[in-house]
Amino acid sequence: MSTESTTNLTKKDFKSNQDVRWCPGCGDYAILNAVQGAMAKLGKKREDVVFVSGIGCSSRFPYYMETYGFHSIHGRAPAIASGVKIANPKLDVWVITGDGDAMSIGGNHFIHALRRRINLKILMFNNRIYGLTKGQYSPTSELGKVTKSTPMGSLDTPFNPIHLALAAKASFVGRSVDMMGSHLEDVIMKAAAHEGSAYIEIFQNCNIFNDGAWKHITDRTVRDDMLIDLRHGEKLIFGKDHDKAIVLDGFDPKVVNVADVDEKDIPVWDVEANSTFAYLLAGNPEGKLPTPIGVFRDVKRPAFDVGVHDQIARARQKYGEGDLEQLLYAGDLWEVK
Amino acid sequence: MESDNKAARPVETLKQAIIRFAGDSGDGMQITGSQFTNTSAVFGNDLATFPDYPAEIRAPAGTIPGVSGFQVRFSSFDIHTPGDRPDVLVAMNPAALKVNIKDLKPNGIVIVNTDNFGKQDLVKAKYEVNPLEDSTLDGFRVVRVPLNMLTKETLKDSGLDPKVVMRCKNFFALGIVYWLFQRPMETTVDYLNLEFGKNKKRPEIAEANIAAMKAGYNFADISGLFQVSYEVPRAKLTPGTYRNIQGNMAVGLGLLAASKLCGLPLFLGSYPITPASDILHQLSAYKNHGVITFQAEDEIAAICASIGASYAGNFAVTTTSGPGMALKSEALNLAIMTELPLVVVNVQRGGPSTGLPTKTEQSDLLQMMFGRNGDSPVPIIAASTSSDAFDCAIEASRLALKYMTPVILLTDGYIANGAEPWRLPKISDLPKIEVRQLESKDKEWYQPYLRDQHTLARPWAIPGTDLLQHRIGGLEKEDVTGNVSYDPANHQRMTNLRHEKVAGIAKDLPPFQLVQGQKGDQILVLGWGSTRGAITAAVESLREEGKSVAQAHLRYINPFSPALKEVLESFEHVLIPEMNMGQLAFLIQGKFAMKVHSYTKVTGLPFTTNEVIDKVHEILG
Repeated sequence: MSTESTTNLTKKDFKSNQDVRWCPGCGDYAILNAVQGAMAKLGKKREDVVFVSGIGCSSRFPYYMETYGFHSIHGRAPAIASGVKIANPKLDVWVITGDGDAMSIGGNHFIHALRRRINLKILMFNNRIYGLTKGQYSPTSELGKVTKSTPMGSLDTPFNPIHLALAAKASFVGRSVDMMGSHLEDVIMKAAAHEGSAYIEIFQNCNIFNDGAWKHITDRTVRDDMLIDLRHGEKLIFGKDHDKAIVLDGFDPKVVNVADVDEKDIPVWDVEANSTFAYLLAGNPEGKLPTPIGVFRDVKRPAFDVGVHDQIARARQKYGEGDLEQLLYAGDLWEVK
Repeated sequence: MESDNKAARPVETLKQAIIRFAGDSGDGMQITGSQFTNTSAVFGNDLATFPDYPAEIRAPAGTIPGVSGFQVRFSSFDIHTPGDRPDVLVAMNPAALKVNIKDLKPNGIVIVNTDNFGKQDLVKAKYEVNPLEDSTLDGFRVVRVPLNMLTKETLKDSGLDPKVVMRCKNFFALGIVYWLFQRPMETTVDYLNLEFGKNKKRPEIAEANIAAMKAGYNFADISGLFQVSYEVPRAKLTPGTYRNIQGNMAVGLGLLAASKLCGLPLFLGSYPITPASDILHQLSAYKNHGVITFQAEDEIAAICASIGASYAGNFAVTTTSGPGMALKSEALNLAIMTELPLVVVNVQRGGPSTGLPTKTEQSDLLQMMFGRNGDSPVPIIAASTSSDAFDCAIEASRLALKYMTPVILLTDGYIANGAEPWRLPKISDLPKIEVRQLESKDKEWYQPYLRDQHTLARPWAIPGTDLLQHRIGGLEKEDVTGNVSYDPANHQRMTNLRHEKVAGIAKDLPPFQLVQGQKGDQILVLGWGSTRGAITAAVESLREEGKSVAQAHLRYINPFSPALKEVLESFEHVLIPEMNMGQLAFLIQGKFAMKVHSYTKVTGLPFTTNEVIDKVHEILG
């Protein structure tokens, strides 16, 4: 991937003239900033970029981008974006969604957009709460979550969004954190370079209704030990002093001290490998592992939207450009004089 | 030899005949009926058909729910319906006999496959006594044919599997009926050679069916099954080139034509649903016309993808039936709010809920009018016959693109699957559809909701166009700028504008015309959609009787033609027959504060001509 700019646009050129209206302190500001930065670095032409969103706090996002934008209805952004992309594959189509929008009401569209490999970039802001409706539990809220709609604690098992995306056969699966600007920008740029369905889960803080949702792993003081950045071609080593590693014990990933193992036993991360390992790491059994961020999977697959237009080209090649008159005047015809 | 026999028996000339082929859903009755239809079309008759098949792919063989029927009416004069009661019934088994014999005209011909009247067959059809042996068939001309045996005998040297041989018996039956009506067999021979010989590379199947059909023809000729045979001469249709067309096919062709006329690629987002799926199948085969079809994960995604494609500048369409419309209603409102062009085809079926998927009904009208949150006007057009669906598809597309709005096109199961001769239009006669997608140079004046003064349409700027980047969405828009606005006065203004835009389409409609009769007649029969044939035939008949009856038929349901109110008020009585519980009547009464006679029917079957005639007599006393 080339990150060399093909336009002279700066981050500022991707800001629209609309006032940003998220709560002060919301994690969405940092994400907006990272996306605008990535757009400029990628050298995107503003007119070729479309942001499509559903409903929720995060879905206000398109109004703040000086690109084409469509703020649609709850959960349906991947379906609308699919239509945009299939109609015109030259466009760069991004979906902005949240954990309620994508995992709950839009769950069906989410998994189908991913398994179809439509060339969409889906950014899901996961704050584990419904913010716009003022604080109900979401499909990613932890079991037992006490909210307005679950005063005695939620009873349902949350989705693991990475598992869902991997199982739906997304060809790119990544994860980052709102407050880790340069990491986020890097994952976004990798997704942008990917041909196919790309999904990024972004840990995002809702300082009003679910403050500190990710603090236990993303706070600066603990981050190095609680997160592991999955980087293609690099060993699974983490920790402030790079002294810890993840190794596989059968099907069981476990944390070891680098000093205690033979370095060649530390796996090298491969985004193109079978996704089983990614699935195991994302599972984080009983909190024994650091939470993985970075790129879980990035494999080359033919994109759906390209295939659609390829079939049209092949049909034209085989049968010639369709002729309406020929089509109407076909079958058993008869003349009345 | 053949001709000698023919000469020996008289040929009677009829103005029309109605045949119903009925059998188990595995007996191939739809294909048999279609073949007779095509042959009659090519011969030059006017015709109308009514396929009636079960919702289950294969209900248990031989049972009453598994009965599949196909009625075809062909004539030497202009007809409007597939007819009320058949002259000839072909019953392949006892269940088919049981379901259909009550409709057969007195002294009608019933051809029965006696080989399928065994004890088990009778039990499956819930006959306690064999109807061939009691008085059930008294008053009919019964023609007993051991179809299984004769087909087996005909194909005994074919080397085909006995199961395959048995599947040829419908063509043996078709051969018999071809002889009875002195029809040529070439069209069907060509069809079989193409379908099985060429397309499926099974020439032996084509040969076997052709052999069975010819054997049936000769058997009818030689055996003296019938005292006479019949001929129905050509109809005097308007000169031109004709083909036979079903409504779903006409919609597909109309949408494709609209795509060519507006110069934009056609994008169809759809989800399979009976009875609309054929349109998806058909358009999927038009890839070399640049057509994009997208089979979505559900009804909601289907319309949403179409809205996305429309936003991106395609001519977008979604097709469905009633339950799918219910699911699409939220997204339809998004298209109304974002003012994007979109054609929504609803092939209506019996409701509510899953209802009667394969049966016809007109009961989605009020859902189309009002079935969305908020004040959300949408233009509605209803096709009245299979061939009319072609023109209506073009018209719906024209309005959608001109006024930047979703437009609903209503057909129904009867139009979708029924066939009629269609006089093909000249391509050059089709109306051009003007569309303007903005360019960068329009930046000087461009605002996403700056409306055209005449149509009130907003401008269409598509992604990929430099300098016209903008954001739209489902939140209320500020007039002109399209920015999000919660201002109360603005919401009132935008609601008014959306209303005025759709209401203003009335100015763009062709002049209102009565189908028959004139203003001031004693009674007007007002219809919409697929009741047209039955109403036309009924009013013709009533006028021949000397009754003061007029007929009007609505293509435009929303908005109504501006002349409609005055026309309706010129009649002492207005009768509205419709296949629902009185939905158009409700609209007319609500809109014009006038009293009408509502005549309703929801049996899953179309109105018969006589039902409408009887109703008019009842009102006129």
